[in-house]
Amino acid sequence: MSDHDTPAEAQPLPLDEWHRARGARMVPFAGYAMPVQYTGPGGGIVAEHEWTRSHAGLFDVSHMGQLLLSGERAEAALEALLPIDLRTLEPGAPRYSLLLDEDAGIIDDLIVARWEDGFFIVVNGATKHGDIAHFEERLPAGATLRHLEDRALLALQGPAAFAVLDRHATGATPLSTLSFMRGAHFTLAGTAAWISRTGYTGEDGFEISIPSAKAASIAELLCSEPEVHPIGLGARDSLRLEAGLPLYGHDLDRTTDPVSAGLGWAIARRRRAEGGFPGHAPIARLVEQGPAWRRVGLSFDGRLPAREGAPLFAGDAEVGRVTSGGFSPTLGRPIAMAYVDAAHAAPGTPLTAEVRGRRLEAAVTPLPFVPHRYHRQGASR
Amino acid sequence: MTRYFTQEHEWIDVDGDTATIGITDHAQSQLGDIVFVEVPKPGAVLAKGAEAAVVESVKAANDVYAPVSGTVTEGNGAIEDDPALVNSAAESEGWFFRLTLADPAELDGLMDADAYRDLLASLD
Repeated sequence: MSDHDTPAEAQPLPLDEWHRARGARMVPFAGYAMPVQYTGPGGGIVAEHEWTRSHAGLFDVSHMGQLLLSGERAEAALEALLPIDLRTLEPGAPRYSLLLDEDAGIIDDLIVARWEDGFFIVVNGATKHGDIAHFEERLPAGATLRHLEDRALLALQGPAAFAVLDRHATGATPLSTLSFMRGAHFTLAGTAAWISRTGYTGEDGFEISIPSAKAASIAELLCSEPEVHPIGLGARDSLRLEAGLPLYGHDLDRTTDPVSAGLGWAIARRRRAEGGFPGHAPIARLVEQGPAWRRVGLSFDGRLPAREGAPLFAGDAEVGRVTSGGFSPTLGRPIAMAYVDAAHAAPGTPLTAEVRGRRLEAAVTPLPFVPHRYHRQGASR
Repeated sequence: MTRYFTQEHEWIDVDGDTATIGITDHAQSQLGDIVFVEVPKPGAVLAKGAEAAVVESVKAANDVYAPVSGTVTEGNGAIEDDPALVNSAAESEGWFFRLTLADPAELDGLMDADAYRDLLASLD
């Protein structure tokens, strides 16, 4: 497999010109040129972060892989590869799942939704080609995977996201019928769009899958609304860190497993009992014995952030490592996610992080750092 | 007073044998929102190219290297207290540290304002 080959030139995504015209600073990410932040008034990671928390931010996440698995054997094929219970996956209810190897190492995290013509799967941009190869090597006859390369993916996130999108989305049922982790087909400015009430910022919001050819006009339409600013990858990262959401390639990878990562809830109850997916035996063992390591939150005094890779100590003993860390604009201090040994994972445990030869005081903190504001089912809108 | 610039986007004001050193407006705009700065202590002896200061933006940590050799006379505590000052006034109040030049001949290899402007233009 050559999924780690990075092209020398970052490829342009459908909204490349649109971002540049809006003053985006483009950086290579997952083989693509991506906006890290915008310049000019309202731009900058902290301003964009705060705008998303108080209004609505439009994120271009078109680097992510959009796949459609179809065919009469698609359901069985998916259950053979993911710890998901497709009997309980209703149309319109996308679900978080994990692509696992035989050792329960995490190949990728992803979202699966049932469409009329198959399963719509959204995977991470940096891992999508490896994921596709992984699927294709294991799919039986009667299951076909299609990479929907002609689609763009936008995320509209923040407290004003519903009001803005509701002005433009029409469907068989109103947008208000979508609660967190629900999705449906809508028409958005005359374009067929799959819209789900999902995202990765901790805010209420939506992800919008549309044909690439319509991406710029829909992005322009949404950003012409007074509540919406375009937001770069920088603020996306600080928002998801505050929300305590693990990022693949940082907090999750082939060396981490769902139990240590605190993602045991993504293993469906029936599948946990019956097995039949990669990594079932090691996961059962981890659940029974308790994992040696756990993903935790860390909060710091002071202003110096501990970044990915910083070792963690309890006294002189090294007990873990930061997997993603930075400065929280909402809290005004550094935060991090880390793996620590299970004996030092309880909230309140004091630890120190080593950053360029100095020790920073930290404490294990419950996740999320900033409360989620998802629009849960049954809540009023 | 003469202002020099480096390829690494530092500025150096020289007055006699005293140099005041900061990062350029271009450098701060590339770093984005700065949340932490650490400057050297008076008395620190810096060789040209040695790690002199730390600047952290929301996204990343960066070291600032001494563009010339010398002995630090003063670090700017104001930017440690208010790191955003580097964003708002990189080439004035947001200076990092002052030192006594060990070898004024090291200035010969640096750029003047016109040459630095040409460098920035070539980066676009």
